[in-house]
Amino acid sequence: MTRMNLTNNEACATLVLHKKIRGTKMQAILKGLVGAAVGLVVSNASAATIENVRKNGVLTCGTNSATAGFSLPDNEGKWTGFVVDYCRAVAAAVLGDAQKVRFIPLTPKDRFTALQSGEIDILAHNATWTSSRDTSLGILFAGTYFYDGQGFMVRKAENVGSAKDLDGASICVTQGTTTELNLADYFRSHSMTFSTVGFADEEAVVKAYDEGRCDVLSADTSTLNASRQRMAKADDSIVLPELISKEPLGPAVRQGDDHWLNVAKWTLLVMVAAEELGVTQQNVDEMKSSDNPNIRRLLGAEGSLGKDLGLGDTWSVDVIKQVGNYGEVFDRNIGKASPLKMERGLNALWSEGGLQYAPPIR
Amino acid sequence: MSDVLLAAPSRRSLSLHDAKVRGIIYQLLLAASLLALAVGIAVQTASNMRARGIPLSFGFWNEAAGFDINQTLIPYDTLSTYGQAFWVGVVNTLYVSLLGIVLATILGFVVGIARLSPNWIVSKVAASYVEIIRNIPLLLQLLFWYNAVLKALPAPRASIELPGGIYLNNRGLIIPEIQLYAGAGTVGLAFLAASIFCVAFWFYARRAQNRTGKQLPGLWVSLAALIGLPLAVFLLVGSPVSFVTPELKGFNYRGGHQLYPEFAALLIGLSVYTASFIAEIVRSGIQAVPKGQTEAAHALGLAPGKTLRLVIVPQALRIIIPPLTSQYLNLTKNSSLAVFIGYPDLVQVFAGTVLNQTGAAVQVMAITLSVYLAISLVMSMAMNAFNQRFAIVER
Repeated sequence: MTRMNLTNNEACATLVLHKKIRGTKMQAILKGLVGAAVGLVVSNASAATIENVRKNGVLTCGTNSATAGFSLPDNEGKWTGFVVDYCRAVAAAVLGDAQKVRFIPLTPKDRFTALQSGEIDILAHNATWTSSRDTSLGILFAGTYFYDGQGFMVRKAENVGSAKDLDGASICVTQGTTTELNLADYFRSHSMTFSTVGFADEEAVVKAYDEGRCDVLSADTSTLNASRQRMAKADDSIVLPELISKEPLGPAVRQGDDHWLNVAKWTLLVMVAAEELGVTQQNVDEMKSSDNPNIRRLLGAEGSLGKDLGLGDTWSVDVIKQVGNYGEVFDRNIGKASPLKMERGLNALWSEGGLQYAPPIR
Repeated sequence: MSDVLLAAPSRRSLSLHDAKVRGIIYQLLLAASLLALAVGIAVQTASNMRARGIPLSFGFWNEAAGFDINQTLIPYDTLSTYGQAFWVGVVNTLYVSLLGIVLATILGFVVGIARLSPNWIVSKVAASYVEIIRNIPLLLQLLFWYNAVLKALPAPRASIELPGGIYLNNRGLIIPEIQLYAGAGTVGLAFLAASIFCVAFWFYARRAQNRTGKQLPGLWVSLAALIGLPLAVFLLVGSPVSFVTPELKGFNYRGGHQLYPEFAALLIGLSVYTASFIAEIVRSGIQAVPKGQTEAAHALGLAPGKTLRLVIVPQALRIIIPPLTSQYLNLTKNSSLAVFIGYPDLVQVFAGTVLNQTGAAVQVMAITLSVYLAISLVMSMAMNAFNQRFAIVER
């Protein structure tokens, strides 16, 4: 009964309000509405990203919400990790300060929409570079900072030696990843059945596997190794030898802003080139006076890379001094100096049998 | 024409000082600016999307989806299209919502009536249920059911074996698959015949009661017919049914139907949560029926059970149904929390994976919103029609 009365009262109130509005406030409301409509039509949505970053004095960077070694806030709340350091490098290049980054943690499912809509300036996620993402999502990948492949993790107790023994398994995956699609391809082409248990959030996926909801955890091997950190019984599981896909992970930017794409691309390449040339965080200042023309061009002592990119003369020095070269960033976060202890593998320099290769800076 | 002008003084009808004229102009301006706003948003969105190279078409609908969905009520595999994935999501949403509505209604009515019980313990238990459940956020409850209750079940190899070849483990509840042989159709026909008989008997019993005042044992006759006839036919044609018991093979039981924990957690969570609100609605509805009605029924010699069933509940329903409708709508909308526990409902499948794979955020979200709107409107219409049947007929 009370509910009914309330509704009646509300109706009365609305009526009274309606009458009042008709009298005086109508004009104000109308003005506001017309203004909003016109404003929407006139305003131009896309300004150059670099101008926005400079105006705000901070780079907004979309990263993984919590992947050990790649992107994780430390116990003081400071973001650390491999992709985090890439963001810091871009901030150092554009703003001269690697600390001027605002990190927006994103699930794989939401990451491209966040970039499309302009919520973030750059996406530094463990996102795989694929043709369809480059062509149909309104985004462009700026390079590859980590060459990866999809693998499987199973409990040792299952006595599984190969991915071909996974018929009938239930598999935990993260939604909105290439993992989901590769799985379907792999099991179909090997005439095996499987059932997926998918979550939007990487943490939920690892938790589900750890608690035994699935037989198998499938993801990029980097993620598999990183997720061991979060498992209660990490030692009970092994990663199977097969890699079922190519997963080049890289940063992405919005289409239609070539200048920003170049900044994103060359920040990464400069870090690779610095490793090739032996320029490190420690020796970068001495290296400025090196005789090697390649080093001199890299560090802005010769040539006009900084000016052509619309960045300061010292941008590459800022990147290397504040963040480090590619090898340093790798070792510190995921490589031999980190708890994850990943091998360089495909991510070694081309000169050392890997795939990391920077085009000439000239 | 001139007559009209003469009849109404022209100074009044054409002047901006006339409140009526001003009113109409304001209305027109408001309508025009709302329209302009809508068109403006649409145009701006379209041009922004074009500028950023985001697809604007619905062309993705017929492309192969390429991902797997573990729980489907309609045929779907990894070669199906995004359109089929959409329908899987819609059906899964409807499935869990409708089952949830049924369970929540039953539980809610039981608890609501229990709260009014003269038995102290029963009424306090019901009251605590309501107060605890409706004051804890639904998402937390879903995570509780999923993580704390269902995932705590043993692994497949240590499954809890229930009688009848049913297994319970952390992959779900696995029940034997029913296989039908020739003759099974006859049993179905027998059941149909029994149902028709029940309806006919119900009409007959009512008539008989109107005529003689005597009540026939309708419930027992119906039960006997519904169970007895199909059972007799079943035995006669030689038990044309066999059960395929699930067998542990490889990672999990093969054969048999599987009820997934994600589905179970969502269904339990939604039902239990919504039932606490329904219980309150039922309690207040019953209490709103004047006490004089109960006393009058008792004075006529009706037993307490019959008083409730024939006098109180029909009157209480008039008060209960409108707020009940909004609880049903809430339950349906809340089913989108499935995302957090991995049940493939519309939001998880379509506004999740499909949106991400295709990048068609605006289209996908528009479709998803429309589906929820459509489900809610249809449900409201049905409940309003139901309400009209129960509303007081003014004589």
